[in-house]
Amino acid sequence: MIPLDQVLVFSGILFALGVYGVLTRRNAIAILMSVELMLTAVNTNFIAFGVFHRPSLAVGLVFAVFVITVAAAEVGLALAIILRIYRQRTTANVDEVDILKW
Amino acid sequence: MSVEQWVFYVLAAIAVGGAAVTVFARDIVRAALGLIVALLMTAGVFVLLSAEVIGLVQLLVYGGAVAILILFALMITRAREVTYRLDGPQKPLALLAGATLAAAIGVAVVGTVFPTNTDHINPVGFVEMSTALFQTYAVPFEVASLVLLVALVGAIIIARQEERQ
Repeated sequence: MIPLDQVLVFSGILFALGVYGVLTRRNAIAILMSVELMLTAVNTNFIAFGVFHRPSLAVGLVFAVFVITVAAAEVGLALAIILRIYRQRTTANVDEVDILKW
Repeated sequence: MSVEQWVFYVLAAIAVGGAAVTVFARDIVRAALGLIVALLMTAGVFVLLSAEVIGLVQLLVYGGAVAILILFALMITRAREVTYRLDGPQKPLALLAGATLAAAIGVAVVGTVFPTNTDHINPVGFVEMSTALFQTYAVPFEVASLVLLVALVGAIIIARQEERQ
C-alpha cells in the first residue's frame, strides 16, 4: 500500500514545479502548461485525502471531477485569449503585452 | 515493499521528470510533450489510489483534449519561431520561490500527524461516488456543465476571426 505522505510529497513536488514555471516562463502558453501542472497536483491531493480518510469520502473524488471540469474550461478560454492576443500583437510573450500598464 | 509501491515510485518518478521537462525545457514543444507525460503518469497514480474513474477522466481530458489544444495553440502562434528566450530574467528568484515552497510542503507533510490511518486505502465505490456526484452534489454538477457550455461559447466568440468590411 502507498502511504499517504508519499503521495502528498509527490503532489507537493509537482505543485512547486508548476509555481516555478508560472513565475519564470515568458510565453503565455508555457505559463498555462505550468498552471495545468499545479491543478493536477491539487487534484492528486484531493483524491489522496478522499481515499485515505476513514470512512472514505466520495467528496474528494467529486471535487476532483469539478477541478478537471473547470481546468478544461480554463484551457479553452485561455487559449482563445492567447490566440486573440497573438493575432493583434503577433506575440505570445507576456512581457510585451503590457497595455494595462502606463 | 509491495508491488504497488514500486509501481507508484516509477509512475511518480516519470511524472516528476515530465513536469521538470515542462518547466525547464528550452524548447516549448518539448515542454508540451513533457506536460502530457506528467499528466498521463498522474492518471496512473489516480488509478493506483483506486480512483479509476478520475484516472480515466484525466486520461481523456488531459491526454486527449488538453494536449491537442495546447499543441494546436503552439502551432498557430508559431511558438517555436520566437527569438526571445523562454525564461525571463527573474529565473533565480523563481527557482528560490519554487524550492522554498517544495521544502515548506515537505516539512509540513512530514511533520503533520493525520487523524486517520495513513497507510491503508479505502476505495470509494462506484455507487457511493455516483450518489455523491448526481444526488448530493447534483446542483454543483449542473453548474459545472453550465460553466463548460459558457466557456465553449466564449472561446468561440473570442477566437473568432473578425469580419473585415
